[in-house]
Formats: sequence, structure tokens, C-alpha cells
Amino acid sequence: MQQLDRKLGFFSALPMFVVLAVSFLAPLVVVVLFSVMPQKVFDLAHVPDFSSFPYFFEQGYYKSLLWSLGLAFCSTVILFIVCWPLAYGMAKVFGRFTLVITIAVVMSLFVSENIRLFGWVLTLMKGGLIDGHLQAWFGVGIDGALYNVPIIVFGLVYVYFPFMLFPLAQGISMVPDDARQAASDLGATRWQILKEVDLPLAAPGIMVGSLLSFVLAAGAIAESKLLGGQKIIVIADEVETAFTYGQNWPLGSALAVILIAVIGGFAIFGINLINIDQIMGKKR
Amino acid sequence: MASDTILTLKQITKKFGSFTALHPTDLEIKDGEFFTIVGPSGSGKSTMIRLLVGIDEPTSGQIWLRNQQIEHMPANERPTCMVFQSLALFPHRTVGQNIEFPLKIRGVDPSERKAKALELLELLRLPQGYYSKRVTQCSGGEKQRVALARALAFDPEILFFDEPLSALDYRLRKTLEKELKELHARTGTTFVYITHSLEEAMVMSDRIAIMKAGRFEQIATSDEIYAKPVSRFVAEFMGEVNLFEVEGTSCGSLHGHGVEVHLNGQASELGCALEKGMRGTLMVRPEFVRFLNPGDTCDYVVRGILRAEFALGSRIQYEVETSSGARLTIEKLREDRFMGSVDDEVTLGWDAENSHMIREDLHATA
Repeated sequence: MQQLDRKLGFFSALPMFVVLAVSFLAPLVVVVLFSVMPQKVFDLAHVPDFSSFPYFFEQGYYKSLLWSLGLAFCSTVILFIVCWPLAYGMAKVFGRFTLVITIAVVMSLFVSENIRLFGWVLTLMKGGLIDGHLQAWFGVGIDGALYNVPIIVFGLVYVYFPFMLFPLAQGISMVPDDARQAASDLGATRWQILKEVDLPLAAPGIMVGSLLSFVLAAGAIAESKLLGGQKIIVIADEVETAFTYGQNWPLGSALAVILIAVIGGFAIFGINLINIDQIMGKKR
Repeated sequence: MASDTILTLKQITKKFGSFTALHPTDLEIKDGEFFTIVGPSGSGKSTMIRLLVGIDEPTSGQIWLRNQQIEHMPANERPTCMVFQSLALFPHRTVGQNIEFPLKIRGVDPSERKAKALELLELLRLPQGYYSKRVTQCSGGEKQRVALARALAFDPEILFFDEPLSALDYRLRKTLEKELKELHARTGTTFVYITHSLEEAMVMSDRIAIMKAGRFEQIATSDEIYAKPVSRFVAEFMGEVNLFEVEGTSCGSLHGHGVEVHLNGQASELGCALEKGMRGTLMVRPEFVRFLNPGDTCDYVVRGILRAEFALGSRIQYEVETSSGARLTIEKLREDRFMGSVDDEVTLGWDAENSHMIREDLHATA
């Protein structure tokens, strides 16, 4: 009977298992296999020669990766600083109003990222919403609001805001109020409480939020394309170009594999940096 | 032990919206004293300690710490600190880091901090090896001691306690009560303790304040509160008690309502008597009531029938019903066991010096 149960369990899980294997694992395997194929081939029936990987350095693709990581790092830091007060409020102060904020932020996700970014383009472009009004009212507009590095970072911060905000709020809600009160009672100032109590105890939330935003931002493409006007070519852009205009699948795959490896490395490093069990007070 | 006043409350009030948690209250706490505020839940004692510590601010009134007015000073600037009910240890830190926390905040250098922490571990009878143990791995009693050590590391002018023992089991609580009292004697710091357990208060305190509905009912030593409660509430809060509604008659004797109290002798001199026509509540603790043999005499005498007998470990409790239906509780040590049996007719008596007239509801018979 128990064996039958087990078999039934296996069979009911099978469809989902197949779907996951085909939709998640298979493309990754294909990408990894293509990355070791000779240049500009369109099938896997070749002798692996790893010829795409040297291009990463020779043709300067590493610069794109560094730009991507740099932009992701900047936006993650800014996101953390911007989200902390709001997340703190949501976790400890606002009470029922938190739900309003949650709904408002989630609603922004209902509209596609690209459409929202185009909205910003229309707002900031020369002769757009802001510049146009300023021109009309004062005769002087703002020039060059678009197509530079800061506006790309702004775009990343804007798009990945919820991915930092919610884990952070969750993390802060895990900080016990009495620990903060005790710290204050023992003479700690606000900043000391932040450093000694809030940050370490909210670390799991901080780490999850930072990883999510960093990983997503490092693989982002739309912000640099739309707001940055391709002033900077990020690594995801290079991957896309290699697959499409370049018609060089092995090169695109090799770049993708490098991106996955680097970001995966950061993620694992980040997760190891904090011992979640320990912070949650679980006994070793 | 200096008897200077260290903390003075002047007309302190706390309101939450339209609800008054604390009615205008005055209080003086002496330097070096072990002062306990006792009250049932909702009596305002937690509100009181939050004001004293600086977590909340009073609606009106003043708090003076020696010569400094502190009611609006934030908690982190006050030279006092508190052991929280939840202990509020920092779960991400070791025992040592927890104890050192107030020193670290003050910028004391690490070696000096560690020396102080080790010294405190010893004072609280924790092994030195606990310095690098995680607080989350400590037992309830150990956490308690760590919280105490952390508070002592702060070197407070006054150390407040918000029911820190309430979560512990009975035996550990008893041990820690005695340790706390000992610690108080050794450190000489002023302790202000809050609890709902009167037993706890009586074991440890120099003086006790009984709180009810946002007011102090009585502030006195535990002996005084036990023997001479100012109100029915205090009398009943302090354990088993027999209360009689009585009325003064001519010649200084009492006429009991519900019981017949026969007065002999000197009650009037001891302040247990009433003017003619006045009513009050006469109180006597169960252990002071005696079973009288024929021919014995006492200041107060009551007759009744023994209705029940309960063994309470070291003591035996008896219930006696009087002719009017009132019930009295009597307690005797096992060695003084009454040799009668249930349904016997008995005569009870007690001395005036062991009874007390509760003046609170003293009023004239209309």
C-alpha cells in the first residue's frame, strides 16, 4: 500500500518534473553545449574547440561585463539606501498603511517594464514632458537628461525597487522591538542601534534583497537600451547581438555562460557570507 | 545604605487617548533600596516602569533623578537601565558581546571590556567559558544572568526589572529571587522591580508599592503591608485573609455583621476599635486565629462549626462556618494540628494586636 502511494506520488509529480526539466534545464544545457562549439555553427554536431571564450578578452566583451556588474552594484547600493527607510516604516511604523504601499508597488509590476521605461523616455527626452514644459514656461530646458550613465542607474533602481523593498521589509520585521529598546536603554544612539542591532538582525532580508536586485540588474538590458540609448553596451546586450545580428550562437552562448558563472559566484558568495541559521537563533 | 532620595515622582500621569493608565502619582525611592511595585495585570505597573526607564513619556508630571529632571530625557541618555521581561538579549551576539554592549557603546577599549565582562560572569556565577558562547544556546536561567550582567555592565544609577522571572519555572524562580536579593546587597545599586507576584516581592524587597487601576494603594515594608493593609484590595492581594464587616457599639466593643465578634479587653487601645455607629472591615490573617479550649480567653472570640480541613504541605487549613453562615479560614502548622474533626463545634479567638481595622471603608451607619 505504502509502495503504491509512493508510486502514485512519483507519477503525479512526473508532469511537473518534465516541464521543469524541459523549460529550465534543457535551455541551459543547450547554451553550455553551444558555448564550446566552433564559431558560427548552428548545430551541436561538431568537435568542441572552446574558440569563443578567448573572444571575451580579445574583443573587449569583458568591458561590457564590468559595466553590467558596476551598474548592478551601484543600483543595488542605492536601492538599499533608498528602500531602508520605507521598508523600516512598512515593517515597524505604518501599520495598516503598509498594505496600501504594498499594493501600490505591486501594481507598478502590472505594467510591462519596457512600457514603463518608455514612459520615462517620454518624460525626460528633449522636448518631452519636463523639458518641453520648462522650454515653454521659462525658455530654458534641461538638456541631456537621457542617454548617460546616471540615468541607466536610475532606471535600474526604478525597475528593481520592489525586489529590494519587500525582502528588506521582511528582514526588518524580524528585528525584535525589545532588542532595539534594550539597546537604547543601554545608551545606544539611533545610529548605534542601526549598526549594532538593526543591520545584523535584518541581514537575511538585506542579503536576499541585494542578491535579487544585483542578479537582475546585472542581467538587465532594457534600461541601457532605452534610457541609456546604448551609450553603454551591457553584457546582456552583447549576448543578444551575438545571437541575432552576429549570427554567432557559440559566442553568445560563451558570453552567457561567463555571465551565469560570475553572477552565480557572487550569489553563492553572498549566501555564504551570512549564516542564516545562526542569525535565526537555530542551534548548531 | 544612604537614605537619600534617588528618584522622585511628582504627579506623574499617563493617558492613552481617553484611557488613563496612570492617575496623578507621587513616589519617592531611596538610594540603595530594593523597591518593588506589585499589581495585577492592567494595574499600570508596566506603564509606570516604561515611564521610569524612558521608553514612554508621561502625559504630565515630573520625574527627578537626584537633582536632575528627566521625564522627557530619552532612554539612551538616562543613567538607568532595565532588565526586560523578555530579557531582550541580542540573539546574534555571544554572551560576552551581550555583556560588553553598553561598554562598547561608550567606546571602552576591547581589553578593558573583556576584563569587565569576565568579572561580571564571575559575579553572576557563570563559567568564564560562557564568554564566547552564543546566547541562543543558553538555558533560561543562564539567559537571565546574562541579561543581569549586561545591565550591571552599564553601571546604572537605578536598575529596573520588568517581571524578568515570570517566564521561569518555580524552582529556578525561587533560586534567582534569592540571588537577586544577594546581588542587591553586594552591589548596593538601587533596584526597582515590577512583578505581579506578591510572593516574589515579599522575598526580595525593602519596600513594596501595591498598585491598582493606575494608583498606588499602599507603599510600605512587606511586614507592614501584610499586617496593616490600607484596603480590602491590599488585604486580599496579600494572601488568605478573614474580613468582617463590623460596627462599633457603645463601650468600645464591635458588633459583627455576618459574625458575632465578642470583644474582650484592650482592643480599643490597639486601634482596632470603632466609634459608636461607625462601620469598618476587621481583618485577621488565618495563621493568627486560634482554636480555643474551654476556659481560654482572647480579645476576639467567634463560635462556629468546623466544616473542612485541607492539607497544604507544611500547613493545614481549616474552614469554620459561624452560626450566621460566614466562613473563616484558619491555618496551623502541621505540628500545631487541631485535634477535632469535621462538624465539631469550635470556639475561635485571636488577639487584638494581630488584627487590623481597615480604615478605607470606614463609614458612619446612615
